[in-house]
Amino acid sequence: MSYKYANNAIKTSKYNLLTFLPLNLFEQFQRLANAYFLCLLILQPLSSFLLKKISSLAWFTTVVPLLLVLSMTAAKDASDDINRHRSDRQVNNRKVEVLLNGELKSEKWMNVQVGDIIKLESNQFVTADLLLLSSSEPLNLVYIETAELDGETNLKVKQALTVTGDMGDSIEQLSAFDGEVRCEPPNNRLDKFTGNLTFQSHTYALDNEKILLRGCTLRNTEWCFGLVIFGGQDTKLMQNCGKTMFKRTSIDHLMNVLVLCIFGFLVFMCTVLAIGKGIWEYQDGSVFTVFLPRQNGANAAFSAFLTFWSYVIILNTVVPISLYVSVEIIRLGNSYYIDWDRKMYHTNSDTPAQARTTTLNEELGQIKYIFSDKTGTLTQNIMTFNKCSINGRSYGDVLDFTGQRMEITEKTEHVDFSWNRLADPKFRFHDLSLLEAVKQGSAEVQAFFRLLALCHTVMPEEKKEGELVYQAQSPDEGALVTAARNFGFVFKARTPESIEVIEMGTSITYELLAVLDFNNVRKRMSVIVRSPEGKLTLYCKGADTIIYERLHPSCSKLMEVTTEHLNEYAGDGLRTLVLAYKDLDEEYFEEWRLRHHAASTSLEDREEKLDAIYEEIEKELQLLGASAVEDKLQDGVPQTIEQLAKADIKIWVLTGDKQETAENIGYSCNMLREEMKEVFTVAANTAEEVKEELLNARRKMCPGSSDDPPFLKSGILAKKSLVVEDEKVDGEYGLVINGHSLAFALQEDLRLELLRTACMCQAVICCRVTPLQKAQVVELVKQHKKAVTLAIGDGANDVSMIKVAHIGVGISGQEGMQAVLSSDYSFAQFRYLQRLLLVHGRWSYLRMCKFLCYFFYKNFTFTFVHFWYGFFCGFSAQTVYDEWFITLYNLVYTALPVLGLSLFDQDVNDRWSFQYPQLYGPGQLNMYFSARAFVGCLMHSCYSSLVLFFIPYAAIHDTVRDDGKDIADYQSFALLAQTCLLVAVNMQLGLDTFYWTAVNQFFLWGSMSVYFAVSFTMYSNGMYLIFPSSFPFIGVARNSLNQPNVWLTVFLTSILCVLPVLAYRFLRLQLKPNINDKVQTHTHTHTHCNKNCSRFITKQETGTRRSGYAFSHARGYGDLVTSGGFLRRPIKTRPALFMRSSAAGSPVAESSPQMYRTIPENQQL
Amino acid sequence: MMASSYSAKEEDGHHPGASGAGGAAANGRKPDNTAFKQQRLPAWQPILTAGTVLPAFFAIGLIFIPIGIGLYVTSNNIKEFEIDYTGTDTSSPCFSCYQNFSWNSTLPCKCSLPFSLDQPFESNVFMYYGLSNFYQNHRRYVKSRDDSHLNGNLYSLTHPSKECEPYAHRDNVPVAPCGAIANSMFNDTMELFFVHPNETRSQIPLKRKGIAWWTDKHVKFRNPGGNGDNLTAAFQGTTYPVNWHKPVYELDADPENNGFINEDFIVWMRTAALPTFRKLYRIIEKKSSMTPTLPSGNYTLEVTYNYPVHSFDGRKRMILSTISWMGGKNPFLGIAYITVGSVCFFLGVVLLLIHHKYGNRSSSPDIAS
Repeated sequence: MSYKYANNAIKTSKYNLLTFLPLNLFEQFQRLANAYFLCLLILQPLSSFLLKKISSLAWFTTVVPLLLVLSMTAAKDASDDINRHRSDRQVNNRKVEVLLNGELKSEKWMNVQVGDIIKLESNQFVTADLLLLSSSEPLNLVYIETAELDGETNLKVKQALTVTGDMGDSIEQLSAFDGEVRCEPPNNRLDKFTGNLTFQSHTYALDNEKILLRGCTLRNTEWCFGLVIFGGQDTKLMQNCGKTMFKRTSIDHLMNVLVLCIFGFLVFMCTVLAIGKGIWEYQDGSVFTVFLPRQNGANAAFSAFLTFWSYVIILNTVVPISLYVSVEIIRLGNSYYIDWDRKMYHTNSDTPAQARTTTLNEELGQIKYIFSDKTGTLTQNIMTFNKCSINGRSYGDVLDFTGQRMEITEKTEHVDFSWNRLADPKFRFHDLSLLEAVKQGSAEVQAFFRLLALCHTVMPEEKKEGELVYQAQSPDEGALVTAARNFGFVFKARTPESIEVIEMGTSITYELLAVLDFNNVRKRMSVIVRSPEGKLTLYCKGADTIIYERLHPSCSKLMEVTTEHLNEYAGDGLRTLVLAYKDLDEEYFEEWRLRHHAASTSLEDREEKLDAIYEEIEKELQLLGASAVEDKLQDGVPQTIEQLAKADIKIWVLTGDKQETAENIGYSCNMLREEMKEVFTVAANTAEEVKEELLNARRKMCPGSSDDPPFLKSGILAKKSLVVEDEKVDGEYGLVINGHSLAFALQEDLRLELLRTACMCQAVICCRVTPLQKAQVVELVKQHKKAVTLAIGDGANDVSMIKVAHIGVGISGQEGMQAVLSSDYSFAQFRYLQRLLLVHGRWSYLRMCKFLCYFFYKNFTFTFVHFWYGFFCGFSAQTVYDEWFITLYNLVYTALPVLGLSLFDQDVNDRWSFQYPQLYGPGQLNMYFSARAFVGCLMHSCYSSLVLFFIPYAAIHDTVRDDGKDIADYQSFALLAQTCLLVAVNMQLGLDTFYWTAVNQFFLWGSMSVYFAVSFTMYSNGMYLIFPSSFPFIGVARNSLNQPNVWLTVFLTSILCVLPVLAYRFLRLQLKPNINDKVQTHTHTHTHCNKNCSRFITKQETGTRRSGYAFSHARGYGDLVTSGGFLRRPIKTRPALFMRSSAAGSPVAESSPQMYRTIPENQQL
Repeated sequence: MMASSYSAKEEDGHHPGASGAGGAAANGRKPDNTAFKQQRLPAWQPILTAGTVLPAFFAIGLIFIPIGIGLYVTSNNIKEFEIDYTGTDTSSPCFSCYQNFSWNSTLPCKCSLPFSLDQPFESNVFMYYGLSNFYQNHRRYVKSRDDSHLNGNLYSLTHPSKECEPYAHRDNVPVAPCGAIANSMFNDTMELFFVHPNETRSQIPLKRKGIAWWTDKHVKFRNPGGNGDNLTAAFQGTTYPVNWHKPVYELDADPENNGFINEDFIVWMRTAALPTFRKLYRIIEKKSSMTPTLPSGNYTLEVTYNYPVHSFDGRKRMILSTISWMGGKNPFLGIAYITVGSVCFFLGVVLLLIHHKYGNRSSSPDIAS
């Protein structure tokens, strides 16, 4: 076999010591600007060597900033990678027991090899993808939690082959195990495994039931042995992880394009000037040689060529490298704001928000699609028994004196269960009247809880005396049984034939006669029990519609009342079950039992026959009431989703959960709303059906939509645009699609259909999706929509989508850290998302756009003046400004004010941002900084530079000082021009600043003062006398800044630069105010948001009924319950068992048949 | 409007009773509650409203127009007389000098131009020479000097900087002053005569000192070995620039105005920003308060025509000008101020009208739309 097995070490890091420098530099130079500066860098010394001083700027003006940028970025990348190394090392160094040479040795995870046999114990993470060999539990079962893989926290059962299970924990046998496994190559499908095991010349088929996947956690299983099949990178978990991508914001991309454009523009300007130079040399230069001889052997054409390069270097200030330094600083600053935000700090888990990637901030202000996980993100994955309706009376609401429903908070008084020794202390219930009813011995109420205590498939576990723990297949069943337990009907223990319940303190054992199991069609389950008195009763619970059809006509009155309650519960987003019972006749039951037995042993159509049998007995039921279970949402989820929806952000929930569960959550967290015109459900089994359903949905939403997807027309012909346009739809729609259909819909030919239909909907829910499908959905939207996507999740199953999306957000503070580790931002609660986007994101985006606009403006203006001057200095690449000014302009004089602007500016404060989520809109449409805004910026600086060159020109032309001496000299002109420029750009900055903090003022005035101070210093006698050739501008400041017409010129130019902007902004405000202007004006008039204006928390009160019923587990557990194989051995008997069978070496394998009589052998194999 | 900012209050940390047992200890990573970190720095938030923008426009208009008028009047009161003596025109007295220039001629070419002043020039009169189409701002030209050399550094004197090439050495002897700027120094001399009505001429005294910046004269330019007595010795081992006729230490008889600190030289070395420029040549000081400095009447300008401009189509001018608090005559600033002021005022009116008509759009309550 040539296949090379991966060892179990994982590597998520990108670099090692050797590859860091080359790889990182390579990555960095992929950034266009860095490459551009490298070119300039090469050009400068090259020019001074080869072309004899075409450069008028010193080489270090480029090298130092470039090195600074490169090393800053490299340092950040390095620290990120060190963190990854650290977490890799931590995972790789976890210990596990490996069977080596006949004994168990503790070994690091990374040293585990394919083919090793390892021993896992309870609550350990599964080390690699394992073939389960044997376990401590009966029937070689193990229980695992797959939360890290698919987000489901209920336990799943895996079962080993009997032939391997028989080895038990016998080291000798396991060491001698020489089976051969042949299986599929490593892949990312979590729900499928095919292979076979050849052992002792028999071949056994292997399927997913026998495989433990890395990332799962072993639960309630003392130990198990497994054979490593895939390790490290080959494991399904890692295969599902997706690649770590180098994320760049759209502004980064735009900036790359802009840098190219600017470069083109630069070449254009230089060409114009070079042509000018050629003409000048031909006309004037050639005759001016008396005073200015040509350079050695240069003719007009060659000097034009040299001029071209000289201007390339002089005009390169259009994209100064300080742009990139500043951009990084701004992003870093805004990331720190996120880290520092107290309103995103979760007190209970002591988790502050964290910006793990500091380069994506502005993208947070442009999110259009949010992809959210459900479990752990939207919900807490805690089910609580919240309300119930018993015999026409609803319990669970707390009423105040006036009879109004009160909101239940932490402080609301809750029922005291201390009288019940077996009560679960974590259980909370607020309506005292229910307990009173139980205590008073109300028959219906007692029957209600008796039903809850009997009709389920929960496993009890009594770890210590009086400390019951329930193992429920679905959390809602657990919640119901726990409720019964607290109200005095404690489900204590079960055997295949009996259920022990402690009813109000007295132990009663019911004989369990049949379990009529749940399935998706039946949507109900029943048990038939015989009480100690010999009464036969059928208890049934199920979806309201199903049960109502099977009720006895005498219940019709009760039905009406209960229906009302059910509607109320459904409106609150609770998951409801209707409970009913029926007393059975002994003879009828015996007869039924025989037929049941026949059906269950029949070989053909067993399912159908059983269903028919069940149907027969589950009729004419007596209604008991209804239970309402709350799938507890994280705090503030509905409000957050409502806010985000108002901000026109579309939310897609991608969950591994069942359709019903997901849909229910969709309603309770306000994603799906009753006002929606329709919620489409796509659940089909073939590609054609899926297509049909998608098409139908689309036609319904938008009858006029064409069959061909409306691709966005792209301006660039060469680039094939795959961007699908948004289509307008009247009204709101929702879409629910299950994993099976999604698999079809994600195929090549249906992808766009899915996208179009889904994007028309306000909310989309995908259920039963695998981690990879999550990533595919995100990828689909990312590829074909011109929109920014955000994925938020908490578990390992969300890692791939977090990595794919433009922005990945991890919910931190829970157990698993994978999601957080691969995320860009992390915080503890879903509700912080609204603050991250609506406040931080918006501000970051706004600041970045303002920064870019302003920065381009100031540098273009700066540079264009050189361009104009070229026409008046013989195109000789003479600079307008003092060389020191050129060096310090970006680094000192204008650096801090613009940083102040882009670190502190806020157009409206956070409260107003929440108040008007529409303010988020401009960011999604990329309105503040786009190619168009850039062109506007260019025109603006063109105008400013004209003003800034020609006004000083005209003002100084042929004029003199007030003592008749020179002022039209080059140096005075330079000083005048640079002073005008600096004042004008600072005025513009002032105009752009909305939020004047003391820091802004300090930066602005400080920079101006520094400018004058530096000017006077550099132009002072002392500096000149020390370095005459470096500071030739001696005395210029003194001699010209005392002239009134210099100041009058400065004043005039700055006013002229600012006036048109002011007029334009005022006009826009008057004629076409955008949302920002409106809100600003509004806030201005209502300076203090009155405290109560935003304090309402409305809950959607909807009356219509949804059939949300609380069954979220799969069928089949009924069989296990009755077979007994599912049971844990009672603790008390264990020592005895061990002693008895210790000689046999494999106590479990031997003891289980002895304990339970009815184990159908064939069922498990 | 409702259901917003859910988390705002609750997470503020002031929630009563929110922190349970051990809350204080667990909150180790809670960010500090400072105005800076929470982005709540107190700030002034000006926004554009009709109440601020319109008055600003009117105010600018009202400020600019008077300033402009003042500037314009001041500029108009300055008397200026300009005469082009290049001699491009055949009728010009300097035509022959213009035509027949040769670098080697030892005989100075002289020409005299008559002109008359219609109005008397009161107060001090400044005499300028002006050059056109002369690229004193060309990059290579501007660079072609050595400041430490001009500052009297002895080492630089004999080792002029490379920037001065090709005017650094002549026959391997260092040039002082080196460089293209110094080499091309303006060397026409001009004399001014008042022609009395009786045809007699009297020379007008021209002050040749006090025409350069104080800083240039006293700091930037220094003779080697200090401004000492023996300049000839100080410049020993150097030669004068190729276009010059005499060494630098013979520029003036006055030791205070000789060598590198000769003010004509200093003025020339302060290169002009634009290809058309004027430079101060002489000052005609007012003698008494009774008579004007230059009474109206006829004058003659005697030019020793040394400086060739023929090859590059340059022009030479002589300018007589009085000055004011705002310097020389330049009507531009005045006109610009008046124009900008009027435009502002006009814009103010237009914006006011627009505001009146459409103005309540931004404050309308339908923000949600």
